[in-house]
Amino acid sequence: MTDTSEPPAPREDRPADEPAGGGTSPPAAGPVADRAASVATTPAEAPAEAASGGRSAKAAGRERLGPPPWLAGGFLAPALVLLALLVVYPIVYTLWRSLYDADGGRLVWFDNYVTMFTDSTTFTAIKNNAIWVAVAPALITAFGLIFAVLTERIRWAAAFKVIVFMPMAISMVAAGVIFTLVYDHSPERGVLNAVAVGVHDTFAAASPYPGVRPREQGSPLKPEGKAFVTTAQVQPGQAVTLPLVAVPPAKQRELAPARAAAPAQGAITGTVWADFAPGGGKVNQIDGNEKGLPKVEIEALAGGKVAATTTSRDDGTFTLDGLAPGSYTLRLAESNFAAPYNGVTWLGPGLVTPAIIGAYVWMWAGFAMVLIGAGLAAIPRDALEAARVDGATEWQVFRRVTIPLLAPVLMVVFVTLVINVLKIFDLVYIMAPGSSVQDANVLALRMYLVSFIGERPDQGLGSAIAVVLFLLVLPAMIFNIRRFRAEQG
Amino acid sequence: MRAERRSMGRRRMLGVTLAAGLAISTAAACGGDDTDTGPEGGGALKGQTVTVAAIWTGTNEGAKFKKVLDAFGKRTGAKVIYTPTGDNVAAFLGSKVNGGAPPDVAFLPQQGVLVEFAKKGWIKPLPAEAQSELQKNFAKVWQDLGSHDGKTYGIYYKTGSKSTIWYRKQAFTDAGIAQPPTTWADFVKTAQTLSDSGATPIAIGAADGWVLTDWFENVYLSVAGPDKYDQLSKHEIKYTDPTVKEALRRLAEIWGKQNYLAGGPKGALQTEFPGSVPQVFGASPKAAMLPGADFVASEITSATKSKVGTDADFFPFPAAGATAPVVGAGDAAVMMKDTPGARELLKFIATTEAARIWAEQGGYISPNKSLDLAAYPDEVQRRIAKAVIDAGDDFRFDMSDLAPAAFGGTKGAGEWKILQDFLADPSDVDGTAAKLEQAAADAFK
Repeated sequence: MTDTSEPPAPREDRPADEPAGGGTSPPAAGPVADRAASVATTPAEAPAEAASGGRSAKAAGRERLGPPPWLAGGFLAPALVLLALLVVYPIVYTLWRSLYDADGGRLVWFDNYVTMFTDSTTFTAIKNNAIWVAVAPALITAFGLIFAVLTERIRWAAAFKVIVFMPMAISMVAAGVIFTLVYDHSPERGVLNAVAVGVHDTFAAASPYPGVRPREQGSPLKPEGKAFVTTAQVQPGQAVTLPLVAVPPAKQRELAPARAAAPAQGAITGTVWADFAPGGGKVNQIDGNEKGLPKVEIEALAGGKVAATTTSRDDGTFTLDGLAPGSYTLRLAESNFAAPYNGVTWLGPGLVTPAIIGAYVWMWAGFAMVLIGAGLAAIPRDALEAARVDGATEWQVFRRVTIPLLAPVLMVVFVTLVINVLKIFDLVYIMAPGSSVQDANVLALRMYLVSFIGERPDQGLGSAIAVVLFLLVLPAMIFNIRRFRAEQG
Repeated sequence: MRAERRSMGRRRMLGVTLAAGLAISTAAACGGDDTDTGPEGGGALKGQTVTVAAIWTGTNEGAKFKKVLDAFGKRTGAKVIYTPTGDNVAAFLGSKVNGGAPPDVAFLPQQGVLVEFAKKGWIKPLPAEAQSELQKNFAKVWQDLGSHDGKTYGIYYKTGSKSTIWYRKQAFTDAGIAQPPTTWADFVKTAQTLSDSGATPIAIGAADGWVLTDWFENVYLSVAGPDKYDQLSKHEIKYTDPTVKEALRRLAEIWGKQNYLAGGPKGALQTEFPGSVPQVFGASPKAAMLPGADFVASEITSATKSKVGTDADFFPFPAAGATAPVVGAGDAAVMMKDTPGARELLKFIATTEAARIWAEQGGYISPNKSLDLAAYPDEVQRRIAKAVIDAGDDFRFDMSDLAPAAFGGTKGAGEWKILQDFLADPSDVDGTAAKLEQAAADAFK
């Protein structure tokens, strides 16, 4: 190393004291430097040689090619120690630990693995991981490709890219919190359900008396489907009472007092009212300050057919006239009482995994877009031009030229995402509510819950899950490493 | 107690939008936030140091507890060093013991932890002076809860009641309900009356499984009595026992009614405990009653504009069987190192004076029966304390806290999940009991 005392020539980019060029290929600073490096005895001598010409040729003859083994070992040692401590040891320890029971004292061989594959909870986790791997990477790569291709063509591409990439700047936990609110069940808080309810109510008007019903016992009305009908037959000339309950107090305060209807010749009259006064009031009697229910749709049925229809007045009274003599059943139509539409239970057992995948796609589409965008910029334009000149349509150019040329980048993005998705944890941990966490479970979360939560965590089973997760990630890792090698070789 | 911490943790998580904030707050909670309580008086322990570890932190519980330690310092001249343990007390203390530096005195939040520590020999039996204070001031049940294998280790300093049902007074007025129900039949009738009046009777934050286990424990204790309750806690009787099925049938009388629950069962299962409080006491209330623990009072104060006492009140969990249940939790002071300071502190903790110091500051219920109820700052706390003291030897610890976590304390598994499924469809009592038994048998191995 004595020869390096002279300053390196200005055209050399490599720092003079670069330590171990040995294992990895040295960064090429240009054809001249490359040649110099390949001739030089040690990488460190290369710049000196280039700078001082003939003097180092003598040195080259004196030493053998490559560094002495002890020197290489010395330079590699810190990295090897770190790798051994931080990678190899934990893997081996996990393997060993997975063969022991919860307390770590008893060797149980493969019992943990048997438990794992016979236990339905872990099985759900494996199934969900499969869904994640099948759906999320493909979806994200597709979105990334679409965004990348589209942003190439628009004027405010940079701004658009920044916005799509922005979610990557947010941590998974924060994104999880944001999306728990987006998916919230109650339409007042969850934006998705607010939209769902808004759209629904635009097409189907909300009913005036949701949840209102007759008393469960002793009422002259009974449920029939979601409508209510009188238990007794009614003849024209009779005045009937149709008591209902469960009208919210706030609503009752806006209504007018109920009035008993007078009988009328050839018509059925009656009152439909909120039969509830604080403290009870008399059941099925209009008393106290009980309120009439306006705008309730009432039908008279004879032999299953609607003979007459009317709606109640402000004081709750109504008149069904023009009826032939005979017996009728009165029906309060279903449309009066339909429960309000409450949207979709996004984080319920059925939809929780797709919902969380949605949040994940939102986060990672930007990442895919940026990588694919970079790949897109590197595609030779002449290939596209040539295709266009040959008369290919834009779709054909995209399908037959752009995508094949992009394939390596798409593959890298896809495989990276597969690895990430296999390890998915934080989003599920934050977003799945207690009642559906089992339906959303994934291996990494299951491993955490089993190993570390509660008073009696089972790190044996947790380690077994970790080993299986490791084995699942391994092929993707090997594939990625091979690809990198192939590219560099 | 465990339930309380869980709910708080979750709420903090949702409130903090940035993950960084979460990381920092956790780090702050774990990091040494040791506080010295200087020696001022010239007592018998002048120059001595007592180290104390407990779960209480922050400006509320932490500061109130420090006042208790201050009083001890003043009285004896000892220097008290207090370290909050973070949420997992057992793990914190375990690592301290393994590191060879346990605190002199620790407050254990669960009876299971006390037994576990006693078995491992990590805690020392109470000294005689502390024992005599304990016998003087505490019901037998508390002495038993602090004992293992015939030796007394712990003094329950702070307790909590999970047998309270909080309600919105306006809803009761609108429905004309003058007297809160005292029996389960009354309770079901009250729910029906509330429903007829147009109010949804009950809110349940069923996304948190412990909310449902608290319901079950109250009903079970009342239906089956304390002895059976103890047996079931230890899984000495099976969950297929007729008493369990009876308790489930009682629960179904409320859970089985679609229109009794805010949002229906589906909505309830999507609501976490912190979300259920505004459903009853918020600006646009959806329900009238919220069965929950005594700490609902502080949730009402912090999360809504309702005032406890004027807008919100509580009644004791109704009796589904012979007597009204009192289920709760408690923190027990134990000695981890036998030093003069530790002995003195335990003796002090068992006194009525120590209970009074925190009681006067509020947010605290003492199991100390000698404490004058007038010490509590308001009527609501006084009534809760009275219920706990009156329950005497019938007070029981939260059963799911006593069970292995795999059964009674894991999100999405065991009792939590099975009761959530039962809430979604309460028709199959026998099947649910069988599932509980299956899960318990696996966990109690």
